[in-house]
Amino acid sequence: MSTDVHAAAADAPHAHHDAAEPHGSLKGYVIGFALSVVLTAIPFWLVMGGVFASPTATAIVVLGFAIVQIVVHMVFFLHMNARSEGGWTMLALIFTIIIVVIALTGSLWVMYHLNVNMMPGHDMSQMP
Amino acid sequence: MTSVATATTAGEAPVFHLEDEHAHAEGGSTMLGFWVYLMSDCLIFAMLFAAYGVLGGNFAAGPAPKDLFDLPLVALNTAMLLFSSITYGFAMLAMARGQVRPTQLWLAVTALFGLAFLSIELYEFHHMIAEGATPQRSAFLSAFFTLVGTHGLHVTFGLIWLVTLMVQLGRYGLIAANRRRLMCLSLFWHFLDVIWIGVFTVVYLLGMLR
Repeated sequence: MSTDVHAAAADAPHAHHDAAEPHGSLKGYVIGFALSVVLTAIPFWLVMGGVFASPTATAIVVLGFAIVQIVVHMVFFLHMNARSEGGWTMLALIFTIIIVVIALTGSLWVMYHLNVNMMPGHDMSQMP
Repeated sequence: MTSVATATTAGEAPVFHLEDEHAHAEGGSTMLGFWVYLMSDCLIFAMLFAAYGVLGGNFAAGPAPKDLFDLPLVALNTAMLLFSSITYGFAMLAMARGQVRPTQLWLAVTALFGLAFLSIELYEFHHMIAEGATPQRSAFLSAFFTLVGTHGLHVTFGLIWLVTLMVQLGRYGLIAANRRRLMCLSLFWHFLDVIWIGVFTVVYLLGMLR
């Protein structure tokens, strides 16, 4: 079974090779670039212009734009899809995202509580 | 992917023998390997972001983001990196068409934008250090210089790689090995732009809101 595949790959190494090399298209790059410009300009405008009164609201919207722009870059510039390299790049990406989310939320969460609960304001010498 | 083949003949015990792995075309697995490297690099940046997220508010009575950051300059910097991304894309398209000269030309344009990005970043660092906002001033500044500096270092190495490939192209043209190298650098370069999205959002924009 596998020998057939190998023979085919040996016959046409370049066909096999090129399939894994997406070069993108001019249209793809231009769309990606236009989206990136818009997705960069809006958060800068929101912060520099002080559009929202609440900094928390601005922060959440700005982070949302960043996540959308990262996806745009992944799709249009890095040519991510579920098919490249037989799906292994997508699997590696998903694994990385899981680790990154655990590490980031874990660090921020734990250290925030550490800060809140162990502020120097607590005077331990007064404790019984 | 070594498979075990069995050969059985009547009356004899089955014979097992290992089939050797077939020969892969040279560089056939480079792209996946490079992608895995980028993912590990992504973890490095995730840790630096986590450190910045934890320490970003510890100013030690020193300067805060609002005293230091100049958003129009950061916007200009972001534009430089974004332009370099699309010009690298044009280089890849020229490569796909098999044109050596246009590929080199677009690579040169990419290098100029990359150089502009680095120059602006170094100017910013110099300005901050001249004001006394050095990495050792506060935990916030340590985390800032480590995160943004690591990104800048990546861009520097990307630039060295880019110039090397321009020379390679001039010498050997668009041979398979050079195409593969350009594909890898493409991933690297666009990946740095993705990291920069995180940097300008978390460090600069959210810093100004703090």
